[in-house]
Amino acid sequence: MSDPLFTPDEQKRFDAGIAELLSHYPSDRKSAAMLPALRLLQTLKGWLPPEGMKLVAERLETTVEHCYEVATFYVMFHTQKPGKYVIDVCTNLACALRGAEGLLAYLEQKLATKAGENGEKYFLRETECLASCGTAPCLQVNEDHYENLTKAKVDALLEKLT
Amino acid sequence: MSVLTEKVITRDWDRPGQNTLSVYKQHGGYAAAKKALEMTPAAITEEVKKSALRGRGGAGFPTGLKWSFVPSFEKNNKPRYLAINADESEPGTAKDRFILEKDPHLLLEGIAIACYALGAHTCYIYARGEFKYPSAVLDQAIAEAYADGIFGKKLLGKDFELNVYQVRGAGAYICGEETALLESLEGKKGWPRLKPPFPAVVGLFGCPTVVNNVETIASLPRIFEKGADWFLRLGAGKSGGTRLVTLSGAVNRPGTYEVAMDTSLRELIFDPAYGQGLPEGRSVKAVIPGGSSAPVLTADEIDVKLEFDAFKPLQSMAGSGGVMVMDDTACMVRCLWRVARFYAEESCGQCTPCREGQPWMTRILRKIEEGRGEPQDLDTLMNVASAIAPWPPIGLGNTICALGDAGALPVQSFVTKFRAEFEQHIKLGRCPRGDKPWGVFGEFK
Repeated sequence: MSDPLFTPDEQKRFDAGIAELLSHYPSDRKSAAMLPALRLLQTLKGWLPPEGMKLVAERLETTVEHCYEVATFYVMFHTQKPGKYVIDVCTNLACALRGAEGLLAYLEQKLATKAGENGEKYFLRETECLASCGTAPCLQVNEDHYENLTKAKVDALLEKLT
Repeated sequence: MSVLTEKVITRDWDRPGQNTLSVYKQHGGYAAAKKALEMTPAAITEEVKKSALRGRGGAGFPTGLKWSFVPSFEKNNKPRYLAINADESEPGTAKDRFILEKDPHLLLEGIAIACYALGAHTCYIYARGEFKYPSAVLDQAIAEAYADGIFGKKLLGKDFELNVYQVRGAGAYICGEETALLESLEGKKGWPRLKPPFPAVVGLFGCPTVVNNVETIASLPRIFEKGADWFLRLGAGKSGGTRLVTLSGAVNRPGTYEVAMDTSLRELIFDPAYGQGLPEGRSVKAVIPGGSSAPVLTADEIDVKLEFDAFKPLQSMAGSGGVMVMDDTACMVRCLWRVARFYAEESCGQCTPCREGQPWMTRILRKIEEGRGEPQDLDTLMNVASAIAPWPPIGLGNTICALGDAGALPVQSFVTKFRAEFEQHIKLGRCPRGDKPWGVFGEFK
């Protein structure tokens, strides 16, 4: 038998989370909870495994195809298992004018990876404007935000990613 | 020079604990909403109209007028919704996140006022998926407001139920477009809807819906605290109040500032209270004044005031207040390539001119920047852009939503205003700036 999707604790959190989310929408609009439900699943599992997508579809009374249509439209959803640390570097104009291309190159060199390549430990990506334009350049590690970056700050940050 | 006489949005940002309900209430918080709730919904809307509050998300549409498009309950008895657009994603714009982080109850108090005026018993705050910290602060504030009996069965003790929920996006710029935002709130991919019908009539779940920006709604408590006339007098022209702008790029002191409506771009860039100018020896070459979709301005055009209507003669816009400064050593081709690439990435794929045109323009720009440009490329760029939206802009492109225009206008304005620099790339067969295209602060240290 294959491993169950959730541990008992995860199952409890998933069930409670879905029930809470559904209470936010009209009773005939369960599928409106799609984005928060996928986020819940991803928070529990680190990505959106196929068995989890099936479960979300059931609870939201919609199709698995609908789940995938949404999951693949939004860049923050992972339909493939990402590396332990997803590092999103803004390279849009405001950050680029403050050294973002150099920041990305610095990370590629330090992490020995290429932007866009998913590895076991790191998934380094270029991302679009993260609303840090006055505090550029910036990046996010698993959605935690870091700004006003310098080489020294990046070095200190990377040391913590074990 | 213009002086900011009174702060509206940032007034209390420096107060410790301002993000908590107790501190917010200690300093008079929610008194304005209580005052507003003594008025009739129609009177609230009239007051907002009188204040000349205009949408801070980018379009500058008069807020009270937008509200008045919601049909009466006699004509349409479906539920009403308020959706708050906190999907701040226009490149160059970083203001709404600070309202959520520093003074979330200011937004929530504004929501109380707006929902009462609209007869809306449910409000969804659609926050950008990447806003982990701002969203956590906001969630805490919402929970406090429920626990204190502000939201729930009896809004501030009134016989009026109001539920407020935060929904987080998941990384799609298009969801800042109001009908894409509604699609996303309905649990779908963010494909904009054809208009009409407008959301005020057929919005969320087919019901009348108002979509307002965070800064817009956060202005309401002050309007009802100090009066519409006060707010109107603070402003300039037909724009009431002050505005938040984000200054970025080649300035000594980038940041998010609250400024008077009649502050000029030049003042914003050079004033000691704001940008403090450029490093010695450098000068302004170009300024994008209202988020990256706003047509670029040259150094000769920066005496324009930040008020919403002032940009029309320059064929640009005040937009979302994202001011990006490029100095005389920045490469205009490279800058435009970054902007074009964004719209290519973020096109939702629904309309052909945008889906095909934005990546096409991006490829041509890369080609020119890398020294492989050909003389006919500039005409191709203008033709592709003009198939998406006409130049000069008339505010109406060939696509369902304004993302098409947002990607076309930068290309058209850059190529028109800095044509010589594009031609120089093609003639030289390389970027004249070599491997230093980003100007005075472009190096990562």
